[in-house]
Amino acid sequence: MADIDQMTKSVLEKIDSEGFKQEGAYNLRYNGYSLCHGNTEHITIKRKEDKQGIDVFISGAAKDEQVHIPVVVTESGVTDVVYNDFYIEDGAQVTIVAGCGIHNSGCNDSRHDGIHTFHVGKNANVRYEEKHYGEGEGTGGRILNPVTKIILEANSVFTLDTVQIKGVDSTKRETQVEMGENAKLFVMEKLMTHDKQNAISNMDVYLNGGGSSAQIISRSVARGESRQVFHPKAVGRALCHAHIQCDSIIMDQAKVCSIPEIDAEHVDAGIIHEAAIGRINNEQLIKLNTFGLNGEEAEAVIIENFLN
Amino acid sequence: MLEVKNLVFHPLENGLEKSIIEDVSFTVEDGEMLVITGPNGGGKSTLAKLMMGIETPDEGSIFMDGEDISHYRIDERANAGIGFAFQQPPRFKGMTVRRLLSLAAGCELPENKCCDYLSGVGLCAREYLDREVDNTLSGGEMKRLEIATVLAKPHKICIFDEPEAGIDLWSFSMLVKQFEQLHADKKESLILISHQERIIQMADRIMVVKDGKIEALDTKEKVLPGLMNEDIGCVCMNASHKA
Repeated sequence: MADIDQMTKSVLEKIDSEGFKQEGAYNLRYNGYSLCHGNTEHITIKRKEDKQGIDVFISGAAKDEQVHIPVVVTESGVTDVVYNDFYIEDGAQVTIVAGCGIHNSGCNDSRHDGIHTFHVGKNANVRYEEKHYGEGEGTGGRILNPVTKIILEANSVFTLDTVQIKGVDSTKRETQVEMGENAKLFVMEKLMTHDKQNAISNMDVYLNGGGSSAQIISRSVARGESRQVFHPKAVGRALCHAHIQCDSIIMDQAKVCSIPEIDAEHVDAGIIHEAAIGRINNEQLIKLNTFGLNGEEAEAVIIENFLN
Repeated sequence: MLEVKNLVFHPLENGLEKSIIEDVSFTVEDGEMLVITGPNGGGKSTLAKLMMGIETPDEGSIFMDGEDISHYRIDERANAGIGFAFQQPPRFKGMTVRRLLSLAAGCELPENKCCDYLSGVGLCAREYLDREVDNTLSGGEMKRLEIATVLAKPHKICIFDEPEAGIDLWSFSMLVKQFEQLHADKKESLILISHQERIIQMADRIMVVKDGKIEALDTKEKVLPGLMNEDIGCVCMNASHKA
């Protein structure tokens, strides 16, 4: 069992809500290399030989199993690009807990680009959780640029739950999903930026198979002088349903741009989008004031629940 | 006891001063139920908001148990013991019914307590606990939840702004029972703004507000006959009594 220092443990607590343990199927990537990993009967993790990253093989016999693959960067000036491929067999049921935390105490930028590809077999059900977090007193940037590609075969279900709450100075997220017959996609993206942070999220979802459906929900809070841009796009290429909902709370001098795009390439494609940006509703604040919460407490409760 | 003394509220509307509340004074005794009624636009809801600190009067003061609370913010009045149910409660994306009730109670409520409060206002409790307080709830459901939030915490004084609005008859009967129970317990003073005969009938005293002024303030025995004859304002009463 690898020794994990206190700072890394603290970052792991922030990015792995289930609690990271060196048990079961896991891989901890630390400052650009794999610190420790473990397999189970149904989940095998292999290091790539041609480039940085891992291949994760999940057997169809896996039912309600978990695999934890956190990344922690604590060295200032590190640029870590990693390629992780997931091969999920037909019928598997698995939760993949990823996430990246950067502690940057130095003056150089620390950056992690996780490039993930999911090959999801027929009737498989995958929940993918990804938390991004930054901390450290250094002036160097904390940068995370995830690229996620998801290929869903017939009747598979994929839940993508991403959270970026604090401390990431710059992020550009690229997500692409290809959906087969009757495949289902649920996306919940939660983001909060502050100070001068910058966040861009582009998501392209292609509903190729008949009966496929996608629900994409994005909720964000922009504070300080931060800037957010969302561009979710759903393309219906068969009888399918998709719903995109982007809600943002804007505060201080922040800027938010939301560009939901829907594209029907089939007469039976039903696609809806909603987008709303606005400041915290004054009536909500007053209602919470009547519970005895002061202005600051009420604002915190509204934001916490909005991003919940 | 709540004492409202000489409240005046003249907000600016399109640059012109508008008289909304004009020198209104009254008291609410401990354990008393005061029903405020009167025609729409007469200033009833504004008066409630002035008592809660949501609006600021131009003149006048408010005392609770002898203490001047006129300068208190909304949250300070809430912590001093005033509860408030809005006529049109706001919705909260991402907040569950259970969370809202806990916030209202000021502590994490166990499931059975949440269920009690929801059942008390006619909501089938367990179905609602994890639902979001967003636009998936109907207006009537929101209204009943709003009342449950006030019931979730003991107060010295509870103000309900048209609790009957948007509520179906069956749920309304349950609400009436809730108010009857609260009134019977005499632990809380109740101020209800209402046009509903069943609520008005429960009052210890009735205050009729019209054009920002008190038209009548007395026991229901004295005020109710006038209301039935529609001598004082246009109070929307049960059809059987209008006949």
